[in-house]
Amino acid sequence: MKPTDISDPEFFHQVVDCQYACPAHTPVPHYIRLIAQEKYTEAYMVNWESNVFPGVLGRTCDRPCEPACRRGRVEEEPVAICRLKRVAADNKEDYKHLLPKIPKKKNGKRIALIGAGPASLTVARDLMPLGYEIDLYDEQPAGGGMMRSQIPSFRLPIEVLDEEVNTITDMGVLTHYNTYVASLKEILDKDYDAVFVGTGAPRGKDLDLPGRKEADANIQIGIEFLASVAFEHADSIGERVLVIGGGNTAMDCCRTARRLGGKDVRIVVRSPFEDMKASPWEKDDAMAEDVPFYNNHVPKEYVVENGKLKGMKFEKVEAHYDADGKRSLVPTGEDLVFFECDDVLMAVGQENTFPWIERDLDIEFDKWDMPSVDKVTFQSTNPKVFFGGDAAFGPENVITAVAHGHQAAISIDLFCKGESLTERPAPFTNLVSQKMGIHEWSYDSEVAEDVRYAVPHAAKEEALQDRMIEVELGFDKDLGYKEAERCLNCDVQTVFTEARCIECDACMDICPTECITFTPNGDEEELRPRLIQPANNLEQPLYISDELKTGRIMVKDEDVCLHCGLCAERCPTSAWDMQKFYYSVTKAG
Amino acid sequence: MSYIRSKFEHPQAQQNTLGFTRRDYEGSISTLCAGCGHDSISAAIVQACFELAIEPHRVAKLSGIGCSSKTPTYFLGQSHGFNSVHGRMPSVATGANLANRDLMYIGVSGDGDTASIGMGQFAHVVRRSLNMVYIVENNGCYGLTKGQDSATADVGSKSKAGKENMYQPIDLVSQALQLGASFVARSFSGDKEQLVPLLKAAISHHGFAFIDVISPCVTFNNHPGSTKNYEFVRDHLNATGTVDFIPMREEIITRYEKGSTQDVTLHDGSVISLRKAAEDYNATDRGQSLQKVREADTRGEILTGLLFVDTDAQDVHSVINTSERPLNSMSEKELCPGSEALERINESLR
Repeated sequence: MKPTDISDPEFFHQVVDCQYACPAHTPVPHYIRLIAQEKYTEAYMVNWESNVFPGVLGRTCDRPCEPACRRGRVEEEPVAICRLKRVAADNKEDYKHLLPKIPKKKNGKRIALIGAGPASLTVARDLMPLGYEIDLYDEQPAGGGMMRSQIPSFRLPIEVLDEEVNTITDMGVLTHYNTYVASLKEILDKDYDAVFVGTGAPRGKDLDLPGRKEADANIQIGIEFLASVAFEHADSIGERVLVIGGGNTAMDCCRTARRLGGKDVRIVVRSPFEDMKASPWEKDDAMAEDVPFYNNHVPKEYVVENGKLKGMKFEKVEAHYDADGKRSLVPTGEDLVFFECDDVLMAVGQENTFPWIERDLDIEFDKWDMPSVDKVTFQSTNPKVFFGGDAAFGPENVITAVAHGHQAAISIDLFCKGESLTERPAPFTNLVSQKMGIHEWSYDSEVAEDVRYAVPHAAKEEALQDRMIEVELGFDKDLGYKEAERCLNCDVQTVFTEARCIECDACMDICPTECITFTPNGDEEELRPRLIQPANNLEQPLYISDELKTGRIMVKDEDVCLHCGLCAERCPTSAWDMQKFYYSVTKAG
Repeated sequence: MSYIRSKFEHPQAQQNTLGFTRRDYEGSISTLCAGCGHDSISAAIVQACFELAIEPHRVAKLSGIGCSSKTPTYFLGQSHGFNSVHGRMPSVATGANLANRDLMYIGVSGDGDTASIGMGQFAHVVRRSLNMVYIVENNGCYGLTKGQDSATADVGSKSKAGKENMYQPIDLVSQALQLGASFVARSFSGDKEQLVPLLKAAISHHGFAFIDVISPCVTFNNHPGSTKNYEFVRDHLNATGTVDFIPMREEIITRYEKGSTQDVTLHDGSVISLRKAAEDYNATDRGQSLQKVREADTRGEILTGLLFVDTDAQDVHSVINTSERPLNSMSEKELCPGSEALERINESLR
C-alpha cells in the first residue's frame, strides 16, 4: 500500500467518526471537551456556528453521529452526543455578544427565502453577516417550519425553538409570516438577486382503501394533525386511536394523541419491529407511554357503520428476505384482524409538492415531479433559484437541511458575486501537538470506563397530563460531565513521523487495542488480515507509513484506536505525537 | 496524564485455546523508559505464553535486581513471582524448582545481574541443568545506575559520555555452551519474529534453556559508538536461520527444501524447525556451535537464532533422582519420616 497522505484533511476527518457522519460536520469532540470544562457558552457557539440550532437538535436530532461513534465499537453504547449538545444549550450564558456583527451598510443584493424552516434559516444565518437583504416567506404565523409544526412541544419546548429562530430573524431578516407563496413567478418578478426554496416535504401521504371517503371525518394525516395541535387548532381526539405507520411522525402522533385524550392508542405498522423507520429511542419513548405496537399488519379497509368510522381491518403478514436482503411481506393466510377505533392518524410518509411553482420558469422537473437540483451547489436549472432541505431531494432531517443551507448560502454568495459555483471553499483545518510533558497532554487522555448514562425523564402520569411538559429532562451538569468524559477524543490524532522511528516496538506493545503493527508492506486485501489484530472493519481506514529502515512499514488500523496517547508516551523518539485536528466546513463569505 | 492502560481491548481480540486474549497475559504498566528493549521482551513473553496457551497459574517468574529484573511485574500478572537479591535469582529458582517441579520457571536477569554479581550463581545453575528458561536482557550497561559499562560491553564500545570500554566482554552464550546448557539461543528485542518462536521453544524444552537477548538501553546506550544500540545491532545481526516452533498438537504444513531445514523434536513431541541460513550449521553439535559463535564474533557479527539444542539432556531432578511427586505436595510425615528412618539411612552408610 502507498503511504497515507495525511496532508489531505479528509484522512483525519474520517477518523473523527461522529464529525464525519454529521451532515453539517460539527466538531463534536471539540465541543464535548468544552462541556467537560464547564465552558457551556463556548460549546454552544461551536455548535451554533456549525448546526445553527443546538437547543433544537440537542433534543430532536436524528443523531447520525451516534451510530458512527467509535465508543459503540469499543464497548456497547456510543457517547450520548445529542444529549450533550443539549447540556451546552441548557447551561449557556449570554452569547449575544459572540454573534456575528450585521453590517449596517448592505451589499445591495436581495434574497428571497421561501419557507421558514431550518434550511432557509441557515441560509439567512450565513448571508445576513455578509450584508445581504433577506425576505423570508412562510404561511405559518411563526418561523421554524417543521420544527414548529411537526415536533411536539413535549419533545421541543416552544421557548427553545423561539430563541434559536429569533437569533436569526433578529439579524434583520424581513419576515413575511402568514404569507403563503402561491406563485414563484410573482417572487421572481420582484427582482431578487436569488431565490432559495426551503419549503420542505409538506404533503403527508394518504391510504386510499375501501371506506376512506365515508370515514373521512375521523381520518387525519399525521403531520396535519401535529400542525393543528401545535398551532392550537385542535385540542382533543377520540379515546381509541389507531396510528398507521412506523416512522418518527407515527411516534409523535401516538404520543400527542395520548396527551389529547387518547386512552387506547395503538401503532399499527406493516413492517416487523426491527425494520421500523422510527429511531430506537423514539420507539422506546412511545412504548413507555403505554402505546402497543402491532407489527406485520397491513391496512386493508376502513370499517364504517351508519356513516361513521368503526375501526379498521388488517391483513397479517410475515417478512421474508431474499439473498440480497430485499424484503417481501407475505400474507400468513389468517383472517383479517379488526381493531375498533374512534380516530385514525395516517403517518405513512411524506412527499414533496410544488403546485406553486409555475412550470415555465426554466426549472426542470423530473418524472417524479421533483426539481433538478445540483447535489453540490443546490442550484436548479434556473440559475437564480436554489433548493435545500427536504424540498431539494425529498424528506431527510433537520441536520441535513442545515447542511444544505450552508452550502446553498455559499452558492448564492458566489452567484451574486459572479463567481464560479463549482469552486467550493476548502475546509478550515488545523493540526496542533498536544504534548506538554512525558506523560502530560493538553487533553484528558485517560479513557473513562463508564457505560452510557441514561437521560432522566419526567414522571409519566404528569407528562401525559399536558402536552407542554417536556418529557426528557436532559443531563444536569454533573451527569453531563460524566457522559462527556466517555468521549474518546477521536479528533486528537496519532501522527507518525517515519524518520524518527527506531522500530523499538514500544507503541505496538503498549497499545491497549493492539491497532499498531510493524510488518512488510503488501496490498490492502492481503495486509488487513495479517495485522496483530486483523483489520476486518473495511469502513475504517488503515494509516500506512513510508518504508522504515528495516524495510517494514507501520500500519495502524484506525478502527478501535482509543486515542489514549500511550503509543506517543511510550515512544522514545517522539515518532508518534498526539495532535489535535480541527476541521470546520467553510461558510459563505 | 496517563500511567493507566485502558482495560478496553480489541472487541474481536483473538483468543487462545484457553479462551484467554493476549491481554490476559499482561502485567502492570511498565515504569521503564519509553522505548526500552526490555518492554519488547516482556511483550514477546506475553505473545509466546498466549500462543502456547499456558495457564498463568502454572508459571513462576523469578528475577534478581536491575532494570531487567523489574520486568516480571510487567508480564503474566496472574502468575507467581519472586523478585530476589541481586544476582541470586538462580538460587531462589533452584529452591523453588526442587520444591515444586511441576511449575514452569521463567527467570529474568540482566547483564549485571548475571555476568557480574551473579556470575557464580549463573555458572552453577547451568551446571545443575535446572529445568527453567533463563533470559538475560543484555544492554551492555548499568541502566539503573546511569549507564556505566557492564561486563558484556564490547571493547571499544563508547559510553554515553564518550569513553571507550577497555575490558574484554563476557560472552554469555559461549559461557552457557561451555557450562553445558542444553538449549542456547541469542536474539534481539527488536526482532519478535525471531524472539517469540525461540521463547516458545525454550519454554517447551525440558532442561536448562538460556536465551541471551540484546536489548538496547534507550536512555544510556543507544548512541552512535555503542555496539548495543538499535541501529548497530540491526546492522550486525547474523541469524543461524529462521526458527519455526510447531507445538505437538499441530500438523507440520510448511516444508522447505531438503537440507535447508533442521527439525528438532522436543521432549513433549513439539518440533523446532530451523530454516538454516548456512547449510553447514548443525544446531545439535555443541562444539560446532561454540566455534560458529566465535567466528561470527571475530567477523564483528552477532550470531543470533537457535545456536544449540540437546533434547536428551537430563534435568536436575533426574540427576539426583527425586520423587516424581513435587515435594511441596507431600505432608510433613512424608518429608520428615522420623529418627527411625534416619537411623536406617545412617546404618546403610556405615
